Amino acid sequence: MRASLKRLFRKIGEINQRYREPRIHMSRGVRAALLFLRVYLLFLVCLMAYKFVLLLS
Amino acid sequence: MNFFSKLYYKLRKMWKAIQLYLVIAGPGIVVMVADNDAGGITTYAATGAKYGYHLIWFLLLLIPVAYYVQEMTVRLGAVTKRGHAEAIFDGFGAFWGWFSLVDLMLVDWLTLVTEFIGMTAALNIFGVPPWLTVTGVVLLMAIIVLNGRYWTWEKIALLFCALNLIYIPGAFMIHPSVADILKQGLIPNFAGGFNAQLFFFLMANIGTTIAPWMLFFQQSAVVDKGMQEKDIPWGKFDTLLGSALTVVVAIFIVIVTGTILNGVDIESAGQAAEQLMKTDRYVGTFMAIGLFDAGLLGAICISLASSWAFGEIFGWAHSLNQNIKQAPGFYASDFFTLITSGLVVLIPGAPLVLITLFVQVIAVTLLPAALVFLILLLNDRQAMGDYCNNTWQNVIGGFIVVTIVLLSSLYGISVMFPNLFQ
Repeated sequence: MRASLKRLFRKIGEINQRYREPRIHMSRGVRAALLFLRVYLLFLVCLMAYKFVLLLS
Repeated sequence: MNFFSKLYYKLRKMWKAIQLYLVIAGPGIVVMVADNDAGGITTYAATGAKYGYHLIWFLLLLIPVAYYVQEMTVRLGAVTKRGHAEAIFDGFGAFWGWFSLVDLMLVDWLTLVTEFIGMTAALNIFGVPPWLTVTGVVLLMAIIVLNGRYWTWEKIALLFCALNLIYIPGAFMIHPSVADILKQGLIPNFAGGFNAQLFFFLMANIGTTIAPWMLFFQQSAVVDKGMQEKDIPWGKFDTLLGSALTVVVAIFIVIVTGTILNGVDIESAGQAAEQLMKTDRYVGTFMAIGLFDAGLLGAICISLASSWAFGEIFGWAHSLNQNIKQAPGFYASDFFTLITSGLVVLIPGAPLVLITLFVQVIAVTLLPAALVFLILLLNDRQAMGDYCNNTWQNVIGGFIVVTIVLLSSLYGISVMFPNLFQ
């Protein structure tokens, strides 16, 4: 079990290393799209957290 | 004589084109028909019961929407020979890659639970207990997937796609008024005015048309099938045919429930089948068989979408052309998602309604990201070369993506806060 987890984490580390740098050229349009996605996802996470709090109370 | 030789030449050429298409046909039709999964059938049944034939024109608009989004995955897969998950990792780095992969795994698993809910509800009508349905489905999937050939798997999947057309004879059996369908269905109108409830139904129909797993599935299927750049026109045709088929099936479901169950509040396709049974035993039976088939087809594709994505990223062998010994991780992941999601349905008192709603919310977190990445990847001239999006493709694709993102987000939010739009 421990060895399997160790192998999994090593593999994840390798994947992170392999894809460390995005290959696509980060033009202004690409940066704007990615920023929009981050803001959008943050908004959704906040909404879900709010809903969770509402459900608990 | 000259006329006959020309005719013979043309027929021969046409026959060769059909033969070529039959070789390439598959991913587009399978993904599109599988899109009419258990959740989709419920949405269409509820739409027909609520609004009769009045929203058929809106469903027709979904043909180009589905086509333009999915044809991009054909080009991306055929040119880069990479699945969508790998393309995101490679193009946008590990952060967005992991986000997409983990989100895909979660959405797919939850969607699989809803497919099992649909399948068990459908067979329950015939007195089959849920445990037997789940066991039977897993065994059937094992037989389909473990044959070690993509070709065989695809042809079996196409057979299940053909069974999805069962709603068409079902609609003819109830003798709906063609004049009413044409008059009410084909002229754009909003029955009862544009209100919050109608808006919810429009969003739900769009939400079922494009699901995140579809992008991942079709691109990986194109790669696994070994499609090349020269196959792209046929791949696009396959996708167009699939888009038309899926909407035609949806329209026939709307016709069935719009004719028999008009004005009835439908909460699930299983409930619709039971209600139809009371009016017409055969139509109800067709509805139940169609629901089971939809769930099965959805389960076949969704479990594979996750396994392909994991295989691409973790570097496992991940092709249906490899047997279980050659690709153990790929098949283990496929059956793990299948068995665990099937078991959830068997847990007494499991919050199945909550899971069904949760799927729609979680899907909203992945769909915009996957669609935005798709457009950006299709504009990567270095990787796509001549198959890069042109200006018109960007305008049409961009418009569709923005519309889907907006409406599906509103749909997800309305699921979380049902009173928000009332």
